[in-house]
Amino acid sequence: MKNEYDVIVVGAGPAGSMAARFAAEQEVSVLMLEKDRDVGYPVRCGEAVSKKGLEEFISPDEKWIAAKISKFSFTAPDKTEVIIEFGEAGYVLERRIFDYALARTASDAGAEILTRAYVNGLLIENDSVCGVKYEYRGEQKEIKSKIVIAADGVESRIGRWAGLETFVDFRDMESAVQITAANINVDQQTLYFYFGKDVAPHGYFWIFPKGNNTANIGLGVSGIVGKKKSALSYLNDFMETHYPGAPVLTSIAGGVPCCPTLNKISAPGIMLVGDAARQVNPLSGGGISSGMIGGSIAGKIAGEAIKQKQLELVLTYDKAWHNRQGYKHEIYNRIKNGIYNFSDEKLNNIALTFSGVSLNKRTLGRLFRIALLNQPSLLIDVAKVFI
Amino acid sequence: MLRQAKNGKLMIEILPDKCDFCGCCVGVCPEDAIELKEAEIFIIDKSCTNCCKCVWSCPIEVIRFNRNGVTSN
Ligand SMILES: Cc1cc2nc3c(=O)[nH]c(=O)nc-3n(C[C@H](O)[C@H](O)[C@H](O)COP(=O)(O)OP(=O)(O)OC[C@H]3O[C@@H](n4cnc5c(N)ncnc54)[C@H](O)[C@@H]3O)c2cc1C
Ligand code: SF4
Ligand code: SF4
Repeated sequence: MKNEYDVIVVGAGPAGSMAARFAAEQEVSVLMLEKDRDVGYPVRCGEAVSKKGLEEFISPDEKWIAAKISKFSFTAPDKTEVIIEFGEAGYVLERRIFDYALARTASDAGAEILTRAYVNGLLIENDSVCGVKYEYRGEQKEIKSKIVIAADGVESRIGRWAGLETFVDFRDMESAVQITAANINVDQQTLYFYFGKDVAPHGYFWIFPKGNNTANIGLGVSGIVGKKKSALSYLNDFMETHYPGAPVLTSIAGGVPCCPTLNKISAPGIMLVGDAARQVNPLSGGGISSGMIGGSIAGKIAGEAIKQKQLELVLTYDKAWHNRQGYKHEIYNRIKNGIYNFSDEKLNNIALTFSGVSLNKRTLGRLFRIALLNQPSLLIDVAKVFI
Repeated sequence: MLRQAKNGKLMIEILPDKCDFCGCCVGVCPEDAIELKEAEIFIIDKSCTNCCKCVWSCPIEVIRFNRNGVTSN
């Protein structure tokens, strides 16, 4: 290890690994710190990702692909099911291996990685971030850097220490639980989504296949719901009704920040990426590919800023993110706010209307258009992203 | 001994033995009052305001509001 690095990345999830890789590719020195023992574990994720979102950054490898997805199934509260076929749409990953593979792309590019290193403070000089304080195997240490990239996930605190306002309104935080269970007989090419106040009010319930009749089964509900009934008790109810006695291989809790990106995601010497910047798609709750996008943009900017000796370039990151992806998330967020407040009756009607659309004309855009017929202002938003 | 919150006594209690260390509560805490390591969690007493947002957000019900106040062991 060196005494000082050009870039320190905190957190070795998809966003952190991409930030580390894209910075290291420009031949600046990079250190990525991860608090856990292992990169990629525990997995707090449904592991679904679109083909396009994934392949921008890494070519698919059988080692970390658990299922190939070509269909979406949506089930309304009255059990009306609508199916949309896509051809090759995406994957369910084995993130334990995938995150590891992503971190390897960073180390291949020259980044150093240290696990069991818990960052618990920032070094700040002249109002600019210039390194981190961290605990490593019980010892308190410090290390300097020109730029810090905070990729510390939903539990991020680093941005706050740099004076950015990063906490998520509890109504926008989807409290989630998920199990990976065996003996779940579902189509292995379909992602299943369930809606309604009995299964997941202000959120949705999912079953994502992972091959060999195992599946990720989980849900997220808004903090407003959690006040009365926790995500865990919704999951227990569902499993008792649908899959009593199914063997459970893993079970995890998690939080998904379903809001637009933070107003400010950079400050002198620091950039926030991935869940830490709240770069999750607020409509779907998917954060793997958008986190990789955020990480890659920040990594690139960090590398350039250092090579050109213009550290103030860090502050161009907000705009770069917004123009690439952030503006879409603002639209997704408006659609989400429209849809999450629908009554069960309305959801049933949407499913019924959509069932009348012939199979080859079914698209996500059309589904959302039908869903929002009663909210014409939102239709323009739908048109902007899906058409 | 009763623990002190920013505004009097601390009434928020995390049951560390049942916690999954997922970070959902940390993400919603407006006061940066929760410290979370790989497998260790605690409330930073002097920062907490007993606002309960973490209680509502915990997916597996391991944070409690305890009106009698939280004592240190
Ligand atoms: C239940 C659930 C299901 C989901 N399903 C999907 C899905 O199907 N598809 C999808 O695209 N997205 C899904 N998401 C969202 C997705 O998991 C996240 O958006 C994604 O993992 C974010 O990547 P990241 O790199 O920003 O953060 P993370 O993957 O969370 O990585 C952050 C890393 O930082 C480390 N860290 C945190 N604090 C510190 C510190 N102080 N010092 C050092 N290291 C630290 C953590 O240990 C962690 O390894 C789901 C989320 C949940 C909770
Ligand atoms: S009660 Fe409020 S201030 Fe205290 S830890 Fe929970 S969220 Fe933070
Ligand atoms: S939300 Fe609940 S399970 Fe998750 S870290 Fe906080 S207390 Fe633990």
